[in-house]
Amino acid sequence: MSKRHVTTTIDGESREFLCEDEQTLLDVLRDVLMKTGTKEGCGTGDCGACSVMLDSRLVCSCLMLAAEAEGRVIETVEGMAEGDRLHPLQQHFLEEAALQCGVCTPGFLVAAQALLARNPDPSEREVRFWLAGNLCRCTGYDKIIRAVLAAAAEMRGADA
Amino acid sequence: MTQKTRDDQTLKWVGTRPIRPDGVEKVTGRARYGADFARPDMLWAKVLRSPHAHARIRSIDVREALALDGVKAIVTGDDLPEIASEQAFVGEEPTDYRMMSQNVLARGKVGYVGHAIAAVAATTSAVAEEALGLIEVDYEILPHVLDAVSAIAPDAPLVHDDLCDRKGEKKAPSNIANEVEMGHGDPEAAFASADFVIDRSFTTQAVHQGYIEPHACLAEAGPDGQVTIWCSSQGQFMIRGYTAKLLGLDLAQVRVVPAEIGGGFGGKTTVYLEPLAVALSQRSGRPVKMVMSREEVFRATGPASASRIRVKIGATRAGNFVAGEAWLDYEAGAFPGSSVAAGSMTIFAPYAFEHARSHGRDILVNKPKSAAYRAPGAPMAAFAVESVVDDLARQLEIDPIDLRLQNAAQEGVQSSFGPRYKRIGFVETLEAAQAHPHYDAPLKANQGRGVAAGMWFNAGLQSSAAVMVNADGSISVISGNPDIGGSRASLAMMAAEEFGIAYEKVGVRIGDTASVGYNDVTGGSRVTLATGKMVVEASRQVIAQLCERAAKVWDVDVERVQWADGKATVPDDDTIKPLGLAEIATGAGRTGGPIQASASGSVRGVGMSFAVHLCDVEVDPETGKVDVIRYTAFQDAGRAIHPSYVEGQIQGGAVQGIGWALNEAYVFDESGRLENPGFLDYRMPVASDLPMIDAVIIEVANPDHPYGVRGVGEAPIVPPIPAVANAVRAATGVRFSDLPLSPPRVLDALDPAS
Amino acid sequence: MTRLPERLFSLARVFLPRSLAPYTGGVLEVELPGETIRALIAGLEAAYPGLAEKLSGQLAVAIDGDIVADPYLEVVGATSEVHFLPPVGGG
Repeated sequence: MSKRHVTTTIDGESREFLCEDEQTLLDVLRDVLMKTGTKEGCGTGDCGACSVMLDSRLVCSCLMLAAEAEGRVIETVEGMAEGDRLHPLQQHFLEEAALQCGVCTPGFLVAAQALLARNPDPSEREVRFWLAGNLCRCTGYDKIIRAVLAAAAEMRGADA
Repeated sequence: MTQKTRDDQTLKWVGTRPIRPDGVEKVTGRARYGADFARPDMLWAKVLRSPHAHARIRSIDVREALALDGVKAIVTGDDLPEIASEQAFVGEEPTDYRMMSQNVLARGKVGYVGHAIAAVAATTSAVAEEALGLIEVDYEILPHVLDAVSAIAPDAPLVHDDLCDRKGEKKAPSNIANEVEMGHGDPEAAFASADFVIDRSFTTQAVHQGYIEPHACLAEAGPDGQVTIWCSSQGQFMIRGYTAKLLGLDLAQVRVVPAEIGGGFGGKTTVYLEPLAVALSQRSGRPVKMVMSREEVFRATGPASASRIRVKIGATRAGNFVAGEAWLDYEAGAFPGSSVAAGSMTIFAPYAFEHARSHGRDILVNKPKSAAYRAPGAPMAAFAVESVVDDLARQLEIDPIDLRLQNAAQEGVQSSFGPRYKRIGFVETLEAAQAHPHYDAPLKANQGRGVAAGMWFNAGLQSSAAVMVNADGSISVISGNPDIGGSRASLAMMAAEEFGIAYEKVGVRIGDTASVGYNDVTGGSRVTLATGKMVVEASRQVIAQLCERAAKVWDVDVERVQWADGKATVPDDDTIKPLGLAEIATGAGRTGGPIQASASGSVRGVGMSFAVHLCDVEVDPETGKVDVIRYTAFQDAGRAIHPSYVEGQIQGGAVQGIGWALNEAYVFDESGRLENPGFLDYRMPVASDLPMIDAVIIEVANPDHPYGVRGVGEAPIVPPIPAVANAVRAATGVRFSDLPLSPPRVLDALDPAS
Repeated sequence: MTRLPERLFSLARVFLPRSLAPYTGGVLEVELPGETIRALIAGLEAAYPGLAEKLSGQLAVAIDGDIVADPYLEVVGATSEVHFLPPVGGG
């Protein structure tokens, strides 16, 4: 069985990889490309830890075959900061102590970034419903919601 | 080792909210968790698991699987050494190494669906998976038992035919693995003098800790017998100890490198994969990586015990608790060791009873071996007792917080588990809840407010820490406890406080098992408290050395030297210019060499933490759905080193408890197969289910800690179940005695005709 | 006249787990001399042969309300209350 050759863009770099037909995008990111910042919590699309952006759309990378990434643009948590400069969401997650163990954090950051791209001024309720696909077992969500709202406010201020 | 508690006035860092040292790597994806390690030439391994709840294994044939191209090694129970019976203590769950070994890989018999039977290492995980299907196991299916009531029936199938040692006595074999009894006075007689007695029974289902990171490890065994394990756990020393014990290795041959841990909550205080990965690496000569699927996590790790608890409390008309008695049956799973002893200890602990008694039984069933889960055993006990206290308040027409205050445990009171309390903050915590605006806020139709209390111990156990002065005057701290929720920050803050230097000048690393002295697990709410105490002690030793070095430089008597604000000074001679940490460190080679100290100890003076929660719910009479609409959690933290992470513990514990109350439950079919081994059907709370969780920190300093710390991690999961249940009682008039309070169950109770 | 140290006359109050009642004829509270937990256990063994083994599995005690794991060498005050407890850990 020969492997499939895939050309894609990941976190701003063009990347090529070989994958088996049945490998998910998450498998390839983590085990082939060694980009382990994206996490696996369930493998069934229920926890959101593997969230990535695919052509500016939020997806669970565990539910997508790697072969489907051909010609697509993928963004992960590893591309969020610009060099040493953290994204406002990352900065506010730190300031608000919005992570404890931190394993769900990459997925929350990517999902929250997707929310703010489409709605720069979400209500608390909108943030809660948008992030309902991401499980966190440590924080009770309180500080995550506050961090997203604070980042949104800062980003609106920066845009103005 | 009595250390004076530091005075608030002089503190610079304690009580502030700096960014955690490991924060940036965790928000950029660079932090490495259990499944993020790889080695050249690494194999992947998978586990074959039992499809039966109870069966004898007649034979296992691995020949065809071994012949598959890419398969490099297989281990079955026969390949692990037989372990002598020896008591171990895992989280809150007493166990036996022999049983632990049998749980890691079945010998002769399987005890639950999901029980590991064999492990295969192959060049890819797909090949390993394929090989599992080629292993032939011949089972003789045995009758199984799935709940505590059936398990103690006279004709119940025996989960272990030879297990009969309980209360230290040899009895006839049974599924009762252990019994505990504690308390004082004579409750039976005392109930006669009570004006009111409430006697109710409660049930709870098994629930999973639900950490988002599945168990994962990478092991490499060299031809020289040296073994290295990279894995996420609540204790690298625990992984080393148990793996070495189960495989017959010397501890010195095994090095465990702690990964970041993606949640544990007690569930990562034991081994499942590591001994298998090491055994496969020994056989294949290659590194072996193992990662559980979420389904495996649900089927084969975790759950907190299902329980049946009967509580009886007698009170006078004036509201004084006369006597309390409780009977607790906890399901251990297929091996002995539930958290029933802790449940029996904590059930009446918040109250001053003249007569108290609890009777606990550890009961074997054909389900996964239970594991510690945050305040193990206490949440279900609190559900029972706090529901009864709520009913008493209603019957006596006394405000529920007043009733608790009237009977609250405090310093000098004999606890229901034996000793007299030292200084505790339960009364202050109750008073704070009563004074909070939440307590009097108006409610609307179909809404109700519940209040509940709970306590959990702080474990001291064994800790070590090392503190080193670097040449530039910065400080390196090495802790041996994985950081699950910000403990690097609290350790750095205490060190910065001791040295009188900036927080940013302190680096904290979590050492592997070869780079710092032994530490018991990150658990028991103990890291900031106990390991923190060792960091403080090592820091003070280093400061003493710094003063000696400065005395040498100045050629003065060391008694004249004092340490303040990061400098050595001679207060009685202002012509001597103070020497800063960096100056002493840079010149250390001339005054005696590197400056460092380590501290180790069995930590005493650990105190305990009390929590009181207020919960408002709204119950939809059409669907039975319960929404938590407001939640405020009060807890005595002794002294909050980093208040954000204390609040985080309180909020996270509260929400785990809310999930346990409303939705979470293991559902088994009649054959003993778990029907909901995924996050879709095992429904943990998500952001849209919840309001903000207000955390209110009460600070009644622990007099035996240098900064007054009480461990806070576990107490917050104790009150939520009864807080929710009491709120639902207030909203609906129905007392719910069985968890979870899921919509169908609530709807049934609201409208029995439906 | 030799004056004995006051210590010899002071006794710790030791509370045993209820499960041990069968081994002590129902006695659950004992006053014993002894400056360490080890000495108290030796005293209990002298009074109730076989009890030391039963207590060896008990990994925790509370000495005047302070819970200690693996306490064998812990010092007991002149009038301390000592409770033998199931070991307390956590999750």
